Amino acid sequence: MSAVTGKAWVFGDEVNSDVMAPGIYFKESVDVMASHCLEAIDPDFAPNVQPGDIVVAGRAFGVGSAREQAALSFAHMEVGAILAKSYARIFYRNMLNFGVPALIFPEADEINPKDEVTVDAIAGTVENKTTGKSYTVSPIPEHLMEMISVGGLMPYLKKKIDAGELKTGAMPK
Amino acid sequence: MGETLIQKIMARASGKESVTPGEIVTCAVDLAMILDSGGPRKIWPRLEQLGVGVYDNEKVVVVADHFVPAADPQSAAILKLTRDFVKKFDIKHFYDMEGICHVLMAENGHLQPGMFACGGDSHSTMGGAFGCYMAGFGAIEMSGVVVTGDIWSVVPETIKVDWSGSFGPGVAAKDIMLLLARELGMENAFKVVEYGGETIRNMSMMERMVLTNMAAELGAETGLIAPDETTLEAIRAGGTEPAADALEWRSDDDATFCAEHTFDASTLAPQVAAPHKPSNSAPAQDYEKDQIHVDQAYIGACVGAKLTDLHMVASVLKGRQVKSGTRLMVAPSSKKIMKEAAADGTLATITEAGGMLLPSGCGACAGLGAGIIAEGEVCISSTNRNFQGRMGSNESFVYLGSPYTVAAAAVAGHIVDPREMLS
Repeated sequence: MSAVTGKAWVFGDEVNSDVMAPGIYFKESVDVMASHCLEAIDPDFAPNVQPGDIVVAGRAFGVGSAREQAALSFAHMEVGAILAKSYARIFYRNMLNFGVPALIFPEADEINPKDEVTVDAIAGTVENKTTGKSYTVSPIPEHLMEMISVGGLMPYLKKKIDAGELKTGAMPK
Repeated sequence: MGETLIQKIMARASGKESVTPGEIVTCAVDLAMILDSGGPRKIWPRLEQLGVGVYDNEKVVVVADHFVPAADPQSAAILKLTRDFVKKFDIKHFYDMEGICHVLMAENGHLQPGMFACGGDSHSTMGGAFGCYMAGFGAIEMSGVVVTGDIWSVVPETIKVDWSGSFGPGVAAKDIMLLLARELGMENAFKVVEYGGETIRNMSMMERMVLTNMAAELGAETGLIAPDETTLEAIRAGGTEPAADALEWRSDDDATFCAEHTFDASTLAPQVAAPHKPSNSAPAQDYEKDQIHVDQAYIGACVGAKLTDLHMVASVLKGRQVKSGTRLMVAPSSKKIMKEAAADGTLATITEAGGMLLPSGCGACAGLGAGIIAEGEVCISSTNRNFQGRMGSNESFVYLGSPYTVAAAAVAGHIVDPREMLS
């Protein structure tokens, strides 16, 4: 995983997973689901976010439901990284499991919508190219680094299974 | 030095002598509960991709509760896929339209003090009422759990919350949680909330489960209540003999807590959370001056339609009628509860008052089933979460209250303090 640069989309505190993935679209495809991501609070986000863009948020980002669709929608739209003051625990785990770096970023207020931001999750650096400010952030926790570096939980498990390092049940015939 | 209950559980599950908060451990999973919503339909394709099966067909429990009963072809297909998964992987414990998963785990003796359990739903914290670790995870993480049978955790610190005194009439465990959401906030990630004190000791298991269920609303890893005779009785009622060491699973007297809070239940008033978050709460009587018209009163979900909850509703509705212009819908949390409430006359009281019964399932609480609301509508609900758009339209408004408070609003047609209707 290398550094990503993109446009910042900025959200406030306690943005919950119901607004990231509304229940009324649960049965739809991930395409449809993602197209409604955050529409209740920012209808411009889903139609306009570009691969590599950076989502910036306040406290308790992703609070609420365990629904993986909340995290999957960001992964599906190829968001480059998430920078939030703090995360709800299930959302944080889901995000990393989908291989999207979610970094704790106390200075979220210093990033404005549409700023150009570069995030290097491995090095633990953030650069706001619009304001010229640079930041050091805690990198991804070390025990998860290998999983993130191969692209998330599924590729990681595949690698372990292929290497014969994981014992589990067989796929029934 | 003393240890907290969560330290003891995680030490056992990770095969260590002891663990300390902040330590990262890998825990063996004793029970992995997956659901129609984020279970087989998400996990099966991943198992195909990996070319493996489940780690233990006795420990992976499947529940169909989110899209039940099927209301459209997509729901029907999801439920069929869920049943096919159970057959294909020879899953030993499957609950098909029996009720909501968290309540079923309790009703059917799946939970024991000291266990380490994971569920594919954020309110899996409810199981913590049995003195076990049970927490919610996303489908992607549960996909990993059903393959590996283990999961990483950061050993949490514990927030101790003690309640003393007895509730006045018309006050319930739900009011405790709506107050705690306001007092402790929703940002307690990677911490455990352990409830104790005389008030909790005197509660039924179903009321205790409200406290651990809504630990999710505090943002906590999970909620815990140390087991006692009430816990053991509930395990036996589910057809399982409690483990010999069941009562040993408790925090030591000299354990270290990151925060300790004490509250008095005797002065607690009914609470209502206003849109759009559970922490946005205030005493119910504060809402009366605004005469907030209620289009729908909803009794449902894992947290708010257990037998004790239906009894609260009936105590308000007895001899009264639901106000014209307001609709009351009641979806009992499980079929067993539906049957018990039918047998003891509770359902008759509800229907005589004008309430409508809905099937047991997650339903309208999560915007998935019958009872969702339209733009501009107001619902007061015994459920646990009122985020924007959760129960239907993004432009609808959900208030949260106890079953007493929801029933009282159904009768009054607006939000009132339910104590006015209870002598």
